[in-house]
Amino acid sequence: MARSLSFFVLLLFVLHVSSESTGEVAEQLEGEEFTEELLLRPLPDRKVLSHFHFESKVPPTNSYGHHHRIFPKAIYQLVHKYRIKEMELSFTQGRWNYDSWGGFDPIASSNAKPPGVELWAVFDVPPDQVDASWKNLTHTLSGLFCASINFLESSTAYCAPDWSFSSRSGNLRYGSLPREAVCTENLTPWLKLLPCRDKAGLSLLMDRPSIYNGFYHSQRLHLTSDEFDPVALHGIVLEQTLTIVLQPDALDTRASFSSSRKLQPSWSMSSLFGKMVDGKCALAKSSNVYVQIEGSLVHNMKDTWNNIEGYDGEIAQEVPYEGFGSNSNFKFSIAPDRVMKETNSFHKDGYSVLYGFAINHYHGSKPFDLGFWWNLPVTWSCVKAPLRVSRFLMGSGNEKGAIALSLQSTEWSQSILKAGKNEEKCNLRVDVFQVVPWYIKVYYHTTKIFVDGMPQALEDIIEKMSVSPSEDKVSPGVMELILRLPCDMKSASLTLEFDKGFLHIDEYPPDANQGFDIPSAIISYPDFQTRLQYKEDNASIQSPMVSKMQERRTVLSYTEVLLVPLTTPDFSMPYNVITITCTVFALYFGSLLNALRRRVNEEERLLKSKDKRTGKLQLLLSKFLSKVRGKPWEPPSSTPPSSSSKFISSKVILKILLVAAIAFGWRYYDG
Amino acid sequence: MEKSTAKKHPWFWFWSSAVASIALRLVLIIYFPNTLNFSSRPEVSTPITSLRRLAEGYWLKRSSMSPYAGSMYHGSPLLLSILGPLTIDRSEGQSHLLCGLAFVIADFITAILIRAIGQRLQVANIQSLKSLGAGRLSKISENFPSGDIASLVYLWNPLTIITCLGYSTSPIENLMIVLSLYGACTRLVPLAAFGWVIASHLSLYPVILVIPLVLLIGSGLDTPPRKLFLQQTHGEDYKKTTNGSLHLINFSWRPVVLFFLWASAWAFYVLVLCAISLKEYSGLGEMFKRTYGFILSVEDLSPNIGVLWYFFAEVFDFFRDFFLIVFHINILFMVLPLAIRLHHRPCFLAFVYIAISSILKSYPSVGDSALYLGLLGLFVNALADMQFSFFLFSGYLGTLLLSPVMHNLWIWRGTGNANFYFATAMAYACFQIILVVESVSSMLNHDRALKQGATAVAKKEEHEKILKNLENPRSGVTWEEYKSMRFTFQVSQMPLLVLTMNDLM
Repeated sequence: MARSLSFFVLLLFVLHVSSESTGEVAEQLEGEEFTEELLLRPLPDRKVLSHFHFESKVPPTNSYGHHHRIFPKAIYQLVHKYRIKEMELSFTQGRWNYDSWGGFDPIASSNAKPPGVELWAVFDVPPDQVDASWKNLTHTLSGLFCASINFLESSTAYCAPDWSFSSRSGNLRYGSLPREAVCTENLTPWLKLLPCRDKAGLSLLMDRPSIYNGFYHSQRLHLTSDEFDPVALHGIVLEQTLTIVLQPDALDTRASFSSSRKLQPSWSMSSLFGKMVDGKCALAKSSNVYVQIEGSLVHNMKDTWNNIEGYDGEIAQEVPYEGFGSNSNFKFSIAPDRVMKETNSFHKDGYSVLYGFAINHYHGSKPFDLGFWWNLPVTWSCVKAPLRVSRFLMGSGNEKGAIALSLQSTEWSQSILKAGKNEEKCNLRVDVFQVVPWYIKVYYHTTKIFVDGMPQALEDIIEKMSVSPSEDKVSPGVMELILRLPCDMKSASLTLEFDKGFLHIDEYPPDANQGFDIPSAIISYPDFQTRLQYKEDNASIQSPMVSKMQERRTVLSYTEVLLVPLTTPDFSMPYNVITITCTVFALYFGSLLNALRRRVNEEERLLKSKDKRTGKLQLLLSKFLSKVRGKPWEPPSSTPPSSSSKFISSKVILKILLVAAIAFGWRYYDG
Repeated sequence: MEKSTAKKHPWFWFWSSAVASIALRLVLIIYFPNTLNFSSRPEVSTPITSLRRLAEGYWLKRSSMSPYAGSMYHGSPLLLSILGPLTIDRSEGQSHLLCGLAFVIADFITAILIRAIGQRLQVANIQSLKSLGAGRLSKISENFPSGDIASLVYLWNPLTIITCLGYSTSPIENLMIVLSLYGACTRLVPLAAFGWVIASHLSLYPVILVIPLVLLIGSGLDTPPRKLFLQQTHGEDYKKTTNGSLHLINFSWRPVVLFFLWASAWAFYVLVLCAISLKEYSGLGEMFKRTYGFILSVEDLSPNIGVLWYFFAEVFDFFRDFFLIVFHINILFMVLPLAIRLHHRPCFLAFVYIAISSILKSYPSVGDSALYLGLLGLFVNALADMQFSFFLFSGYLGTLLLSPVMHNLWIWRGTGNANFYFATAMAYACFQIILVVESVSSMLNHDRALKQGATAVAKKEEHEKILKNLENPRSGVTWEEYKSMRFTFQVSQMPLLVLTMNDLM
């Protein structure tokens, strides 16, 4: 034991010495790594997807030490302080259009995020400390990214998914803020985590006005660490992505095609972002730009080619490969350094192609500005998710309502049906994960499922259902479902009824009448794995983004955020309500006690005393009246009441003085 | 004329209208199950009594979760296991039909028990009046079968019908309260203890009924104040005629002790049953927190016909605890003064307690009002000279018609605001308060009048004795003759006249 320990210490020492002694460049190569990549993809609805991918890596601390040159210190400290195993934070504005931008590819599954802020984290702490770590983490991130992530601290805002969200349950916490506005103050701290910030490399393209003019904008930070595993291999991997969907301004194309309106807009990096790349970030290990052409586009281009030119299929298949000539549908301004072809396509008729551009040899005087010109019009559609999902509210009024989740089959699921017809019973597995805030009081027993408009028994469709109902002002309601839908269905819908809660006056946000947001539900299809396997022509170049695409991931999509209007009390009324209610209570108490207190002969005595009093009063009154009548020209003098009031007041004053004197004496003797 | 026919067939008259009311309910439940959507009305179903929440709790329990998980169900676990299975057959289109039947039966039994209580009350009343020597008064009160009236008021009250159709569990709570009163009236100690324990288990407030129940068991049914009997002992022939009634006055401790023993036994039994039904999920602590804790700490701020929801939605958090204590203590404050003043009328005391708690409880519904309005019918003879009865009637009607309108304006149309609805709740509370105060004061007045009447009767009897010595003995004295007689105490005529006139009215 002691021997092994000494050996270990020796090993550490040697490692330390070696890391000290070796040169700077070598250290950088062996230890920390930073890569920057940009993926551009033309979208069917005349837009362009640009996806920045930055990855920083640091080796485990026990082999590398605490000092870093590239890796952001803030993240390193965050990981160590809260013992984070995995974390993902995303800031999103806009909604990913699953129909026209794709729902099946890796980017749609991992980078299409719900609007606002979404955060989930897995901690490597005992289960009872997870909540405390989460709370501290939200505060730290809120400070780090200038966002109100600290609202996720309250137990009503986050939840602990049981099994559906991720396989690593238990220490996972999930929370989202649908209404968080995302803007440049969130992007700047995010850019600060990059070694070159936005001063050099691909991040130079991030011109704020053009980014925030886009249709969709999602900035994401994903971090994994195995620092706390017994055998740490990878250290911390920080992956920062920025996904933007931009509408390119139509460039002046040299295409002489007659119907230029049908032509997709051509674009270049300078037209998209208004900036060009001066060269790579000096600290980056690799710096690449990719242009992805989707499989169905390749397929359709082949078709158009055939139609127009009447070429053979075999030759046409060659076209996209070296399609920079005058014959192709499109062309680049710069010749790509490499071309990668998808090997295992889900689409039998098309395979996507990835063109790679290295920007190592560009510099300030020779900036990199990739242009993409369309020569021929072509239409295509993206690979959609197995089902088209939408969620909406039903009912009117502010008392109750229902959430409906509608799942409609797409061409894609119908093609599966054709493929799986030989099996006896084809099922499509759909996982639903939905978090509902506590003021939406869901009646889970009212769950109803309709397939093609016909109500179905729950047992036939729901394979597994776990619910943790919401608790007022404590926790949100979480619903996790596994649905087994028949493949041949056209549409399915799931409805849940709810009552709207009534909040305390302080719990309403400043704009209470705007309504409250229900966070997006997550729909995933575990039967389908999104994976784009590219056959690289040059195996030596390893791209983290391409390897990320090759990972097996479950296809998932987010639904819409729902806006629920809640009734409001009158915010200006608290004092009135308190006083009026207390008056009613006083009325009750006083009158009932009075009724009980009255004695048998009391009324008579009361009447007698009243008579006496009224007699006196009447006497005074009659005196006064006679005086007034007797001398009507005189102004009605108030002498008798005033004299009486004087008389009374002198008595009262005497009494008050007496009491004051007693009190004074008491004080004097006591004090 | 009507009276004579009713007298001919009192039995037929009562049963036919009772059956008609039940038939009306059944028709409404079976043929209009969804058109009359009373179950979602905030006036009918509160977070505690709502059957929809009970169904959710039952669903949670069936999917092996605690029924109290989430803030949906706040009722008793026993109710869950009894009514829960009845809520299941909803998917077959018959929406809660079985539950509706159960509530109709509960309503019917409640009405029958109220009738039985009323009959006993009347017998006791006549007896005590006879013992006071005011036989004439007792004859007048025979004209009003207060038990029949009370039970028919309960059955035909639109509030009861709405509650029954609205699928809220308050008919069962009402049944338990009435059952305990009936048990105490008939001195069936175990039954009284059972009703009291279950009622307090279902909704916390019937706990305060322990005082009227103990008084009922200990000293018997409602009687005029004890002082009168003591006064009567000065009369010489009193001892002869009312030897038996002296026992009534004595407070017997033995049944009271028995009552408490039975109550603790029942409570233990109920708790054991609850613990068994909640064994797998959570203990009794959770149950108390979710039922009694929910009632006491007004957590749910959804609108109802009470006043507390809006108050606690608006009050500053800093004062919340203070006002919670103040409002709950308001109920307890009145318990002792009322018990001191009305200890000779335990049934009326129970009515006042029920009315007060239904005004001030955290989640009131019209079902509670239905119960105390039914019980009010029991004292129709004594409360004949109550003031403002027409004003109260129109007030109840007005607020109950306005409340849905205001709710609709606020919640559904969005043209009104919360103050509109709160104003009707406020008016409703005020009318209820006036009803309670007026009924208490008129009951006290009635006792006073009885006392004066009794003294007058005593005087009259003295004079009769003198007259008997002079004239031939007669079997009865008519009113005309009585009026024509000359007594030294002419003063005593007036209260008696007023009293009899009032009773006749």
